[in-house]
Amino acid sequence: MEFKTYSSPHLPVSGSVSVMMLRVLLALIPGTFCAFWIFGWGVLFNILIAAITALLAEAMVLKLRGRSALAGLLDGSALVTAVLLALALPPLTPWWIPVIGSLFAIVIAKQLYGGLGYNPFNPAMAGYVVLLISFPLELTLWSAPGAHPGFMDTLSLIMTGNLPAGQSLDAVTMATPMDSIKTRLGMSETLSEIHNSPLFGSFAGAGWEWINLWFLLGGLWLLQMKVIQWQIPAGMLGGLAVIAFIFYAVNPDIYSTPLFQLFSGAAMLGAFFIATDPVSASTTPRGRIYYGIGIGLLTYIIRTWGGYPDGVAFAVLLMNLAAPTIDYYTRPRVFGQGGGNTP
Amino acid sequence: MTASGNSFKRPREVTFDRLHTFHGGLRLPGHREITANRPIGKVDIPPLLTIPLQQHIGNPGKCLVKPGDTVYKGQVLAEAPGRFSVPAHASSSGTVIAVEERLIPHPSGIKENCVVIETDGRDRGADQQQDAIDYLQIEPARLCELIQQAGIVGMGGAGFPTQIKLCSPKQHIELLLINAAECEPYISCDNRLLQERATEVVEGIRIMRHGVQPDACIIAIEDNMQAAEEALRAALDAVNETGITITRVPEIYPSGGERQLIRILTGREVPGQGYPADIGIVCQNVGTAAAVYHAVSKRQPLISRIVTVTGEGIAQPQNFECLLGTPVSQLVSAAGGYTKDVERLLIGGPMMGYAVQNDNIPVIKTTNCILAVSREEMPAPPPAQPCIRCAKCTDVCPADLLPQQLYWYASSNNYDAAQDYNLFDCIECGCCAYVCPSHIPLVQYYRHAKTEIWTQEAQKQAADIARRRHESRLSRLQRIKQQRADRMARKKQALAGDDGGKDAKKSAIQAALDRVKHKKEQTSSTPKNTDNLTAEQQRLIAEADVRRQQKQSGNNN
Repeated sequence: MEFKTYSSPHLPVSGSVSVMMLRVLLALIPGTFCAFWIFGWGVLFNILIAAITALLAEAMVLKLRGRSALAGLLDGSALVTAVLLALALPPLTPWWIPVIGSLFAIVIAKQLYGGLGYNPFNPAMAGYVVLLISFPLELTLWSAPGAHPGFMDTLSLIMTGNLPAGQSLDAVTMATPMDSIKTRLGMSETLSEIHNSPLFGSFAGAGWEWINLWFLLGGLWLLQMKVIQWQIPAGMLGGLAVIAFIFYAVNPDIYSTPLFQLFSGAAMLGAFFIATDPVSASTTPRGRIYYGIGIGLLTYIIRTWGGYPDGVAFAVLLMNLAAPTIDYYTRPRVFGQGGGNTP
Repeated sequence: MTASGNSFKRPREVTFDRLHTFHGGLRLPGHREITANRPIGKVDIPPLLTIPLQQHIGNPGKCLVKPGDTVYKGQVLAEAPGRFSVPAHASSSGTVIAVEERLIPHPSGIKENCVVIETDGRDRGADQQQDAIDYLQIEPARLCELIQQAGIVGMGGAGFPTQIKLCSPKQHIELLLINAAECEPYISCDNRLLQERATEVVEGIRIMRHGVQPDACIIAIEDNMQAAEEALRAALDAVNETGITITRVPEIYPSGGERQLIRILTGREVPGQGYPADIGIVCQNVGTAAAVYHAVSKRQPLISRIVTVTGEGIAQPQNFECLLGTPVSQLVSAAGGYTKDVERLLIGGPMMGYAVQNDNIPVIKTTNCILAVSREEMPAPPPAQPCIRCAKCTDVCPADLLPQQLYWYASSNNYDAAQDYNLFDCIECGCCAYVCPSHIPLVQYYRHAKTEIWTQEAQKQAADIARRRHESRLSRLQRIKQQRADRMARKKQALAGDDGGKDAKKSAIQAALDRVKHKKEQTSSTPKNTDNLTAEQQRLIAEADVRRQQKQSGNNN
């Protein structure tokens, strides 16, 4: 009798990339739903357009490369990239913005480098930064929290750029809290004056604070499911909070509170969903902490002194560059290689 | 991690009273209950025994029998060629029908020299029984000799000759650690051994302790083996043994690995390329302890062992005691045969064991488990996807390696970098591959890389030897050439010297001629008895003078 032979270990494997990606998508649902609640249909349109573009682009490139398109699509990584990119985009942005962003993310940032597992940069953030630099105006089209246009109006605005009769673009869009802080600090107002505006909520930007909270919850679930490890989120949020606290303690008039920093912009989405993209992040246990801290510090620096209101995307890309070096210098001490004996 | 609910009675001042942890590891589904509660079964003497001459790490034994020889049970078939080896014995009586290469249990399905015995069913031992020995009365060195002669190797799986571990005279041993942490799923042979024959194990441990003379002696047992632990305690109490303590260790794979177990018990780490004895520890498996008891107290060599026969591919899973050399197929028959779903046959556990194509291989000293599994139980591994560097492998690696980096370098044949990332500290436990979401057969890559490096190293050594030979040949040729050139130069010089010599010769001749002339003149001037000679006489004298002169110049030449 002939038996089949395989290499050890023989116990059935315990997880898969598809399941990991599926869990990431599940964990994004609460925050996404909250964003939809606050910013309206544009959020879902962005996700839909980005997802369709990303999946088509992924399938096409895989076919060109002679790989199985189906297997590539089923790993779910393209979908995750598309959703993360879409969540970073303003809800009233024209349809071609998510299209261009997804195409760049999938075709150039991911597949041209060799596809899943080989991209040195986070594809979603690479796509987002290309859009941010190329189309700055279209990336400011945030609807006013809680006062977004209806389904058809949003659809027509996104697809044709036509506003409902009697409305101006200024009336339906509104600066984000972080944008507004940047502009008004420039006009020598103090933070306490700025915070009186209806753009601000209980402890951070109106609406934004809740979106961030839900992404935090989703992220904690990912931690519990062991899809991600604690080091990167803890490093990033810790780094961001510490540097924010230092400057806030020095001058609370121009530096916002650590709480505001943690619950504004893409902080939570970045900490749990973007910075934790394993392919482009640091992989050693210690390295992941440094990598997270680096993103936290850079995010604060770009937010506070840089030219853009939020800095998560740039911070992630910059730390992507540093990841191989961090990995090299943070190799763990190998068992039995001295220094490991506990008394 | 602390030992919860354990109270220790410490033997001497050296204490190991706190448990430590090792990095990584896995909590795996146990699957041990299938066999752990059934008694050890017996297997009939098989019609044919196939006994490989080499069943352990070390040098192969030298065969002492030839086809046609009658052998008795326990007869030495192959003697140990040195300290790093042990002999192989006949497991039962019968006739040697062949000494040839046969399939042995090996990951690569290789053949090795085996003695094939046709058994006579009488199981006849040696005519003269050897006397039992009171181990306390003999020297540790003699003990090691007895253990070697009995052919005992580590029975946990690695098969390291036991006497080498027990006799490390240069090092004082602080701790004799008995490994009863059977951490791989499905395997329960040590568990059953403890439940049924704890007394033998305890006696074996006491004998080994006499050989090692450690400060402390601990039995490490997994916290899920209550029945075995109780049996052990009862056996210790029965002989009032207080110098041996039992410590529970958590059921985390691979806590039963020697290095990991030592780390848990002592917090010490065995150096990467070293042995436990280097840090004052000797670690022995409980099965080995029982074998030592039989070898010393009963004077019986190692000719049988307990094997777990389990898996969904086996009709009636159970532990069996069987003779070494028994075909795996017969052991499976004893367990009711295969079920119809059987697909894979493993030797060893599901994490570190290897799949074999064929069940026509013998049980050897290190065979602890035969695992026949169905497709549902262990489906074929899904196709591998690209590594996404999620580092789950890093989180579970008990050797603190970076498996994803090792994979990267091993798969790109960058073996220098792989070694730089401590490839050779990998114990091939399989934790990394088990958790890999991309289903990459990581261990296979590491094994391949190790083999490649060994091959390259061997080739490099061969090339070094060839190069040294070539270099020495070149230098020899060079030397010969140089010598020849020197000789030529000397000759040339000599020839050049001849030119000068010619002149000297000429001048010498001239001088001689001058001298003769001068003498002649003198002779002619002095009065001689040649006056008043006849013309005839003068002519004769002149002729003689010429001859003399010629003769003189001839001499000068």
